[in-house]
Amino acid sequence: MGKLFAVLVALITLVSTGIFVARIWWPPPDISTLGIGIDRQLTETMVAAGVLFVAAQLTLAVFAWRYGGRSAAHPIRVFPGGAAPMVGFAVVLVGLEIAVLTLIGTRVWSRIFLTPPAPNALAIDVQAEQFAYCFRYPGPDGKLGAVHPELMDEGSGNFFGLDPANDTAARDDIISATLEVPVGRPILLTLHAKDVGHSFYVPDLRLQQDFVPGLTIPLHFTATRATKREIVCTQLCGLGHYNMRAYLEVLPPDRFAQWLKEQSPE
Amino acid sequence: MSDTAPPPVVRRHALQGRVRPPHPAAPPGFLRRHVFSLDHKVIGRQYLDLALVAVLTGMVLSWLMRFHLAYPEAALPGLGALAPNRAPNGVMTPELYLSLMTMHGTIMVFFVLTTAPFAGFGNFVLPLQVGAEDMAFPRFNMMSFWVTLAAFLVLVAAFFVPEGPPLSGWTAYAPLSAIGKDAGPGQGLGQTLWVCSIALFCVAQLLGSLNFIATTLDCRTRGMSLMRLPQSTWAWFITSVIALIAFSVLLPACILLLLDRVAGTSFFVPGGLVVSDRLQPHTGGSPLLWQHLFWFFGHPEVYIAILPGFGIVSHILPAFARKPLLGPRVVIGCMVAIGFLSYTVWGHHMFLSGMNPVSATLFSVPTLIITIPATIVTLLWIGTLYGSRLRLTTAALFCLGFVSVFVTGGMSGFFLAQPSIDTYLHGTYFVVGHFHFVMGVAAMFGIFAGVYFWFPKMYGRMLDERLGKLHFVLTLVGVYCIFMPMHYLGLAGNVRRYSAFTDDYMKGSLPLHRFITIAALFTGAVQLVFLANLIRSRLRGAKAPDNPWEATTLEWATSSPPPADNFGGHPPVVARGPNEYGVPGPTGDFVMQAAPELGEV
Amino acid sequence: MRIRSLQFPLLASALVVVGGVALTGASRPAPAAGSVSGTVTFTGTPPKMRPIDMAKEPACAKEHATPIMVENVVTGPGNAVENVVVYVSAGGAAGAAATTPVRYDQKGCQYLPHVAVMQAGQPLTIYNDDPISHNIHPMPKANPEWNKSQPTGSPPIRTAYAKPEFIPVKCNIHPWMHGYFAVLPTSHSALTGNDGKFELTGLAPGKYTITAWHEKFGTQSQEVTVTGTKAATADFVFKALPY
Repeated sequence: MGKLFAVLVALITLVSTGIFVARIWWPPPDISTLGIGIDRQLTETMVAAGVLFVAAQLTLAVFAWRYGGRSAAHPIRVFPGGAAPMVGFAVVLVGLEIAVLTLIGTRVWSRIFLTPPAPNALAIDVQAEQFAYCFRYPGPDGKLGAVHPELMDEGSGNFFGLDPANDTAARDDIISATLEVPVGRPILLTLHAKDVGHSFYVPDLRLQQDFVPGLTIPLHFTATRATKREIVCTQLCGLGHYNMRAYLEVLPPDRFAQWLKEQSPE
Repeated sequence: MSDTAPPPVVRRHALQGRVRPPHPAAPPGFLRRHVFSLDHKVIGRQYLDLALVAVLTGMVLSWLMRFHLAYPEAALPGLGALAPNRAPNGVMTPELYLSLMTMHGTIMVFFVLTTAPFAGFGNFVLPLQVGAEDMAFPRFNMMSFWVTLAAFLVLVAAFFVPEGPPLSGWTAYAPLSAIGKDAGPGQGLGQTLWVCSIALFCVAQLLGSLNFIATTLDCRTRGMSLMRLPQSTWAWFITSVIALIAFSVLLPACILLLLDRVAGTSFFVPGGLVVSDRLQPHTGGSPLLWQHLFWFFGHPEVYIAILPGFGIVSHILPAFARKPLLGPRVVIGCMVAIGFLSYTVWGHHMFLSGMNPVSATLFSVPTLIITIPATIVTLLWIGTLYGSRLRLTTAALFCLGFVSVFVTGGMSGFFLAQPSIDTYLHGTYFVVGHFHFVMGVAAMFGIFAGVYFWFPKMYGRMLDERLGKLHFVLTLVGVYCIFMPMHYLGLAGNVRRYSAFTDDYMKGSLPLHRFITIAALFTGAVQLVFLANLIRSRLRGAKAPDNPWEATTLEWATSSPPPADNFGGHPPVVARGPNEYGVPGPTGDFVMQAAPELGEV
Repeated sequence: MRIRSLQFPLLASALVVVGGVALTGASRPAPAAGSVSGTVTFTGTPPKMRPIDMAKEPACAKEHATPIMVENVVTGPGNAVENVVVYVSAGGAAGAAATTPVRYDQKGCQYLPHVAVMQAGQPLTIYNDDPISHNIHPMPKANPEWNKSQPTGSPPIRTAYAKPEFIPVKCNIHPWMHGYFAVLPTSHSALTGNDGKFELTGLAPGKYTITAWHEKFGTQSQEVTVTGTKAATADFVFKALPY
C-alpha cells in the first residue's frame, strides 16, 4: 500500500508539473505595457512553488515507499537534528522567498495601482450594470454630463441617467457598448456601478478591478497592440453574470480618431 | 520523550463538586438517550450524521453544476420535474445554476467543514482526550447541536420557496444580497432564509466554541497538563478560540444584512442604485463594509475548517508511524501562530475590491508569512515519517493524502497571496482549485482520517479496511483529476461562477471542463464505497477492542464505545504526554497516557 | 457585424402621407355594430432615434443588417406615433377574455411585438426564438411579479395576468430589451402601426371613453358616442419633447 501510494503521488506530481511546464494552458499573449511585470512575477513564483511542490511530494512518496509496512525489526530513527532543521529551513528559505517576491511584486503592483496615470491619458467613463458595460466618452465639448440615477432608462437608451434637457454637457456624450481605445495611448477608466458589484477583467491586459456601488474607481492601462479582446465580469452580480461581457477594441490612432468623429452627434 | 516533570496542579471538573452527577449513567427513555441527549458522544455523532447528510447534499449539487458546465444545453432527466420553473425541460437556467452554487458553498463550508471536523469530532473526542465526563456545559452543548440543525433546515427550506435559494454565492456580497428580489430570483425570501440560517449557525458555534474552551481549560483530569494534551485537543482548542472571535463578527454582520433586507436600513447599500429599473430606497451604506466583516470571519473560517485536520493528522500520524511526532511543541506553536495570523490576512480576498491599493501590499505580507508555520508543520509531518514503522491503515493513508493535498493547495496559495499575480488570477478557476484543495479536500481527508480512526471508538465496531483502502486510492486520484485542472483553467483566464462559457476565449476550455465533470462524477460515485462501508460496519462490522490502534491517548483507555460517563466512574490519572510511541511499554511499543508510572507496575 | 453607429436619421420632417388603413391589435370585427377610428400623432420634436448597440451579444447583433432603433418612441410619416395602445376604458360591456393566446417573441434580442396587447385573463405565450438564453422579467404593480430565464430551446412560458395594468417587461440578461404587456379590461383595443391609425370595431351604440396610452407620452382619453354602424372618429395628439 505504501508503494502504491508512493507511485500514485509521484505520478500525480510529475504529470501535474509537466502540464504546467508544457504551458498547454497559459495566459493569453500580453497586450499591455504593465503585463510583463505580472508575467515575470508569475513565472518566478511558478518556478519557486514548483520546486517546493515537487520536492515535498516526492519526499512524501519516498518516505511512504521506504517506511511503509516496516516490521518491528527495524529500529525507529529520529529525523537528523529533530525539528530544528525544519524550522530553520522554513523560516530562512521560505522567508527569503517571501521577502524577494514581496519586494518585486510590490513594485509591479505599485506601477498598476499606485502610480497616477499619465497626464495625457484618455479618460473614459465606465458603468457596469446587470449585465453589461457602458462606455462613455466626452463629446467635442470635452465634458461629460452628470449622472442622475433617477433618470436612468434603459428602454430609452439612457443608460447613464443623463439629463440632456437641462445639462448641455450631456448632449454630446458618446456612448458605446464596446470599449474603443487607441493603441499606445494611456487610458484612464473611471469605474462606477449602477446596481450591484461587478468587475472589469481583461486577461490579455492582465488587468482586473472590481466595480463597487457608491465608489468611483480609477484604473489605467496602455494597450500595445491593435486587437479585439473580451472584457468579462468576475464579481458575481446575478443571474446573467455568465453573460456579462463587452469587447475591448484597440484601434490604430487614426482609426480611433475617425471612430470618435463618426460617433459625435452632428 | 518521557515527561519527568511532576504532575501539575489541575483544577477539578467544574461539575465534579456538585451533588448531581453530571450524567445519570443511563438516562431514562429513548428520546433522552439518543435524540435530546446531553451526552457529548451522542451529540458528536449527531453532528457527524448531520455533516454526512449535508455533504451528500452538497455533493449532489456539485454534480448538477458540473454536468451543466460540461453540457450546458443538455437536459438532465428528472430536473425538469423537480424545478419546472427553473429548469424547463430539464435544461438548467443560469439562476438555478447560481442557486446550486450558493447552496453548495454554504452547505459545504458551514455544515460540513465546520460541523464535522470541529463540532463533530471535537465533541466526541475532546472530552475523552482530556479525561472529562462530559463537556463543561452539557445543556449548551445540546442546544448548540439543535440550533445547528435548525440552521440547516432553515437553509434547506430555501429550496422549497417559490423563487428558490439565493444566487449571491456563499459570500453573499452586498448589495446583491441586500436589496431583495429586484436583484434576481432567489434574492427575495431565499436570501432572507440564508441570512437567518447563517445567523443561527453563528449562535450555535459560539455556544460550541465556548464549551470547548471551558472544557479544555477546566475539565481536564488529574495530571493532564496543557502540554500533555494531545495535538488534536490543542487544535480544537485553538480552533475554538478562532471560532469564538470569527463567529462573533459574522453574527452582527448577518443581523445588519437582515436589517438592510427587511427593515429598510442601509448598512451595506449606498444611495442611487438602480436595480431592475427601480431606484432603490437605500442611501449611505458601504458594500465594502460587508466584505470586511465577512472576510474578517471568512478567512479565519478557512482555519476553522483546516486546523482540526492539522490536529487529527498530528494525532493519528505518530500512532501509525509508531514513533513520536517530530517537534510536538513546535506544532502547537505553529497552530497558535496560524490562529493569530488568520486575523491579519482577510484583506487578501479584497485586493481588487476597490479598497486602498496600499493596504493590499500590507495584507499580502502576513498572508505570505502564514506559509512559514504551515510549511513547518508540513515538514514535521514528513519528518515524522522518516525512520518510522509506518502502519498503512486507511486512517494513516488519509493522513498521507492530507499532507499531499495540503502541500498542493498551499502552493497555489503562494500565487494568490501576491496582489500583482492576483490581479490576473483573482476570480478565476485557479482560486476554485486552490481553496478546494486546501479547505475542501484537505479538510475532507482530515475528516476521513478521523472517521477511519475513531469509528471503532464511536460504534464499537471496526470499519472494513479493504473497502477503506479502495476508497482512499480512488478518492486520491479523483480529487487530483478534479481540482488540478482547475489551476490550468484559471491560468488560461477561465472565470469562475459562470453558468456557461459562451465567450469566445472561454469556449476553448470546454474539453477540460468535461474532463473535470467526469472526474467529479467518478469521485462522487467512489464515495458510495465509503457510505456502504459506514452502513455495513455500523451494523455488522467486527467488534472493536478498546484500543485497536495501540494508541496512547485517553479515548483509548476506556471501552469501545465508552460508557455514558466515559470512564466508568474512574477518571484516569495522566502520567505523561501523548507522544510515547516507539518506546518499550507494558503492552507493546507504546505507553498510554494514563498508564501508571513504570516503577509502580 | 459591428453596431456602434450613432448617426441619427432626420426624422422630424413634416411630411403628410395618407396611408391605407392598417389595423393591428386584437379588435374583432362584428357586423352591424359601430366602430371608432382615428390617428395618433404628435406635435413638437420627438427624441432622436438611437440605434441599439448589441455588441455584447454577437449572436443577436448579426441578426440585424442595420442596427434596430430604441423603441420607446417610434414615429411614422405624418407625425404618426407607433405602439400606442387605444382601447375602450369605459362604456360597453367588458366581455369574457379571449382564449386565443397572445404571442410574445424574443427574436434577435428584441421583443416582438414591442407592446403585447391582451385582455385581463387572456393567455400569454412567450417564446425564445434565439440561439441564446433570455430572461423575462415583467415588473407589474397590481399582478404578481416573476422573473425567469428561458434557455434556448426551452418550451414557451405560458401565463396570464388577472388585473389590468401596463406592465414594463425587461430582459435581465440584455439590458436594452424592453417591452410592455398592455393588460386591458376590455377586448376592444388596438395598437397603432407606423401610420398611427387605429380602429376599434364591434361597438354597440352608446357612449364610450376611448383611451390612448403611450409608454413615453402618457395617457389621453376622450368621450365618443357611437350611433348605429357609423364610424366615429377619435384622433389623439401627443406633445413630444426632444429629450
